[in-house]
Amino acid sequence: MSFISHLINGISLGSVYAIIALGYTMVYGIAKMLNFAHGDVIMVGGFIIFTFMSTLGLNPIVSVLIAIILCTLLGLTIERIAYKPLRRAPSLAVLITAIGVSYLLQNLALLILGADSKSFSSVISLSSLSLADGRLIISGETLVTIPLCIVIMTTLNIYIRKSKVGRAMIAVSEDKDAAVLMGINVNKTIAITFAIGSSLAAVASALMFSTYPTLSSTAGAMPGIKAFVAAVFGGIGSVPGAMIGGILLGVIEILSRAYISTELGDAIVFLVLIIVLLVKPTGILGKNIQEKV
Amino acid sequence: MKAKLLNMNKSTRSNLFTVGVIVIVYTVFQTMSTTGNMSNLLKNLLVAMCYYSIMAISLNLTVGILGQLSLGHAGFVCIGAFTSAFFSKIMVNTIDNTIIRFSLAILIGAITAGIFGVIIGVIVLRLSGDYLAIVTLAFGEIIKNVLNVIYIGYDSNGLAFSMEDTASLNLMEDGVVIIKGAQGISGTPRNANFTIAVILLILAYMIISNFINSRSGRAVMAIRDNRIAAESVGINITKYKILAFSLSAALAGVAGVLYSHNIATVQSTKFGYNMSIMILVYVVLGGMGNLRGSMIAAVILTVLPEYLRFLRDYRMLIYSIVLIAVMLYNWAPACIEWRKSHSLKDLIGTVVGKNRKEKKGA
Repeated sequence: MSFISHLINGISLGSVYAIIALGYTMVYGIAKMLNFAHGDVIMVGGFIIFTFMSTLGLNPIVSVLIAIILCTLLGLTIERIAYKPLRRAPSLAVLITAIGVSYLLQNLALLILGADSKSFSSVISLSSLSLADGRLIISGETLVTIPLCIVIMTTLNIYIRKSKVGRAMIAVSEDKDAAVLMGINVNKTIAITFAIGSSLAAVASALMFSTYPTLSSTAGAMPGIKAFVAAVFGGIGSVPGAMIGGILLGVIEILSRAYISTELGDAIVFLVLIIVLLVKPTGILGKNIQEKV
Repeated sequence: MKAKLLNMNKSTRSNLFTVGVIVIVYTVFQTMSTTGNMSNLLKNLLVAMCYYSIMAISLNLTVGILGQLSLGHAGFVCIGAFTSAFFSKIMVNTIDNTIIRFSLAILIGAITAGIFGVIIGVIVLRLSGDYLAIVTLAFGEIIKNVLNVIYIGYDSNGLAFSMEDTASLNLMEDGVVIIKGAQGISGTPRNANFTIAVILLILAYMIISNFINSRSGRAVMAIRDNRIAAESVGINITKYKILAFSLSAALAGVAGVLYSHNIATVQSTKFGYNMSIMILVYVVLGGMGNLRGSMIAAVILTVLPEYLRFLRDYRMLIYSIVLIAVMLYNWAPACIEWRKSHSLKDLIGTVVGKNRKEKKGA
């Protein structure tokens, strides 16, 4: 029974990783850049919710909505100021700029909110579900996280495949120059991608900090890296890949923490990633592009 | 003498120039330090400047020359630091001569890191681009996490190993715990000093610079510029990739040896991906493939945060803003345009009437 409980916790954590990984994977697919600051947008989202909910006493759902709006604006601002001027620069230059943005967000948070970590109170007031005579308890957070993740994934997948903006995204990710010739506004499409990614980061922060309530200026860094790993795991650039990668990663992490070693959980996650990439160098759902002379 | 200098080939002259500058800087700093004209703050950073420079030039070999993005360089530094500190602590009573012991420690650190470079290189160099970056990141984190839970001690029965805690080593009464999990290794003899560090920096520079200008180095750059073309003229891609990668790892190991023998305490958590990123920032700011640039960037960025301490809490904030601004200034096409139309070269050119060769600034 404890195995099932760990498995469910793993899927729940994995769903959060999947939502964060979406931000990475969509931005990578379109702008071909690793947005290292994405994890820190999650941290900012957490602090916004914390401020509005715990300090100002607003309704949790209103706080989350405010966080979504502010994070979207933050994502757009970052894109406009730091990434847009570098659109035609080498990818390593953009990567270092993204790292700079990440440091900037962390240090701003440190300055404004101080070095002590805050205790985040859950935004979800659902009581936990008790199954099999109380031997299997599923927390309210898990009950919300997993279905919400599935809803977000399906909606996003349909949105990308069916809507005009979504198809513009696919076009830009396949061939930027050809997309321009077809009358697609590339800058606008990239900005929309950043906006979607950042708003999802706010949702992820609400879910993640509800389950793991320690909030500090570096709280976004490790989940950010793990979500990035999840995106690569599933095949970077692919939306269903991010979902599969995220959930697998969450399950592996929780199970190895429970059964192998608490401290080595991260190491095992990374080891599995290496093995997967050796067998399938472009991730589980990644496209294998043959290099031509 | 003058004729000899002119007959030298370009790379030898450029090497001599760089080594000369390092020696001059060393002499100035050393004189300042011995005559007491140097603040304690800077004194404490002298060795650090050298090992960060070594880390930067060794990573530049992977990123700039081999053309592969590595985010796990700190992992190799970590291996060098731990193995050499382990060796020094065990041998501190056996080998009395400091120079011999420290030289052996350097060798051991370099070789172990190099071996790990080969092992990891064989595995990861099949991948390329961002996938390679994430796998090197993964390896760096694995090395850090595993060293974080290892306990090794020794007593009259020999070495004991555990991944639980100090007690489960079951040491005799005369036993000593060397690696204490998250606390790492403490009390390493502080054998590193500025002179040794500078000598190692010059050695590392000469090794990399000669490698770049050798047959192997040209093969590596050919792979970077066009893998398929290089393969079709008969260059063994795997061999040269692994050669460059493991050389880079071994030199990172040397930097690790300096690190652990400078501050006497090593903890694996210090060698996380933040350190790898920091080294990468040195390389990118100094210019990829430019060893001198890496060293200058490493020295400036090691000293600068210490001198910005008066800004207190705003220090890292300003650091990050400067980093973003420099990247935009260096790489944004709009900025490059602007710099071209307002370049110093043209301004001097119009004033003096001829285009003088513009000196490259730091």
